[in-house]
Amino acid sequence: MAARREDRITGSAGGSLALLVVFLAVWEWVPALFEVPAFIIPPASAVWDEFVRMLAKDRLIHHTLVTTATVLVGFALGALLGMVVGYLLGMSPRAEFVLSPYILALQIAPKVAFAPLFIMWFGYTVYPKILVAVLIVFFPVMVNVLGALRSVDPDLVNLARAFTATRAQVFWRIEFPASMPPLFSGLRIGATLAVIGVVVGELVGGNTGLGYLLVFGEGQANTAMVFVTIILLTVIGIIAYVAVIALERWVLHYMPSRSLETV
Amino acid sequence: MSAATARLEFRAVTRRFGRAEATVTAVEAVSLAVGDGEVVSLIGPSGCGKSTLLNIAAGLYPPSEGEAYVDRVRVTGPNRQVAFMLQKDLLLPWRSIRENVEFGLEIHGVAAAERRPRAAALLARMHLADCADRYPHQLSGGMRQRAALARTLAVDPSVLLLDEPFSALDAQTKMVLQQDLAQTLRDTRKTAFFITHDLVEAVTLSDRVLVMSRRPGRIIEEIPIALPDRDRPLERRRQPALGDYVARLMALLDVVHAEV
Ligand SMILES: Nc1ncnc2c1ncn2[C@@H]1O[C@H](COP(=O)(O)OP(=O)(O)OP(=O)(O)O)[C@@H](O)[C@H]1O
Ligand SMILES: [Mg+2]
Repeated sequence: MAARREDRITGSAGGSLALLVVFLAVWEWVPALFEVPAFIIPPASAVWDEFVRMLAKDRLIHHTLVTTATVLVGFALGALLGMVVGYLLGMSPRAEFVLSPYILALQIAPKVAFAPLFIMWFGYTVYPKILVAVLIVFFPVMVNVLGALRSVDPDLVNLARAFTATRAQVFWRIEFPASMPPLFSGLRIGATLAVIGVVVGELVGGNTGLGYLLVFGEGQANTAMVFVTIILLTVIGIIAYVAVIALERWVLHYMPSRSLETV
Repeated sequence: MSAATARLEFRAVTRRFGRAEATVTAVEAVSLAVGDGEVVSLIGPSGCGKSTLLNIAAGLYPPSEGEAYVDRVRVTGPNRQVAFMLQKDLLLPWRSIRENVEFGLEIHGVAAAERRPRAAALLARMHLADCADRYPHQLSGGMRQRAALARTLAVDPSVLLLDEPFSALDAQTKMVLQQDLAQTLRDTRKTAFFITHDLVEAVTLSDRVLVMSRRPGRIIEEIPIALPDRDRPLERRRQPALGDYVARLMALLDVVHAEV
């Protein structure tokens, strides 16, 4: 059983790898076949050369690290704030009732539209970028935590209460652990949104980060540079996402493994 | 049953839900007592207020009128003298079976060193010793319900409140668990208040069966079960007199004419 499963996994990993090779080959040669110019789609090799050049000349590592650190900080703060507010509102239905129209309005508002405003407030620093990320990560985390607390089986709460549990015990032993799966769905969404938030902040203003390189490359009509930047941003997003999944697997180790597999 | 030795007692308990014009009277003027070591079943049509009585005994909500007593102390809120078990096992999915069994003890503030042996003994009694470190989703429905029973017994309650604990199980598993419950109740000399829709289960497990009317629920009949082997429901099932009891209960519940 286990061996066969392993075979299946190595088999499909091999498939993915083969697909990557095919994709790179198509990227390298097919646009040229149709005479697509390099400033529209630069071939894979040109993007690689640009990547190497940027490493040497454009402080690519520095910009990548700045963006990564900003994403990390923004995500951590946004997730923390979302959890705190989610649990507080979840514990007091009246506060939720009073605040819900405003929360809904803020949730509907396109968060990236706040980026220029934050730059006007905080200038070309790292703070507006962090703030956009915080704002954009906050909502899915808070909404999921709130929803999780609303849907805890009341019989579970009654079981704890019948055993003479205090309000704090009900929270820490029932509600908090019961909210973990939805919390992690929120964190997964937040991990990818954090990258978007930071990039938009960097696009709008400043002279560091991959978002800045994106605008710079566009200004130079350097398509390969834009490609390199997009790929690196995607890699940052993937790493953030995979890190959340790893944490989720560790925390939710008690769940049947199938329910964790969906990506 | 004389009230002096009652473990669980309801005195003229009425419970209404909702307010103003929209009130529903779930139970009305229910008085009953369950003596020490006694097993009393409560049967009645769906929605007649059986679970409501159980929740009142557990102190989860107060009666609108009347009082409930456990160990002759008036119930004013959750208390350590009772433990309940429902049709749903209510095992916490993030805790191992052992940790689930220890849940009530943990809330009661019992130290880990004392919880461990108690949980181990109950898990062994419930034939779950091998599953102690597994998680609920890895167990069958019957095993999960055994674990729930172990958790209920772990806090050593004066009264067990059982609300259709076996109704979600298949017929065979149910009979095995009934047998285990009956033997455990005998060995531990526990008092139990048992809600069920299964008339055979009520007769085979109980010393007495109480019958409730349709809503607003009142106790309309009390039937002492004069059969041997209360601790061996599988034996009791074979008694010819069992059929007479069941027929009588069916007549009382008006099963044939009851609208569903
Ligand atoms: N929290 C509540 N709010 C409003 N009405 C309630 C509440 N709890 C119970 N009721 C009502 O009280 C009545 C009795 O409910 P209860 O759950 O005690 O019935 P039951 O005898 O246990 O039924 P069943 O056999 O189906 O489990 C029902 O009509 C139900 O709708
Ligand atoms: Mg019920």
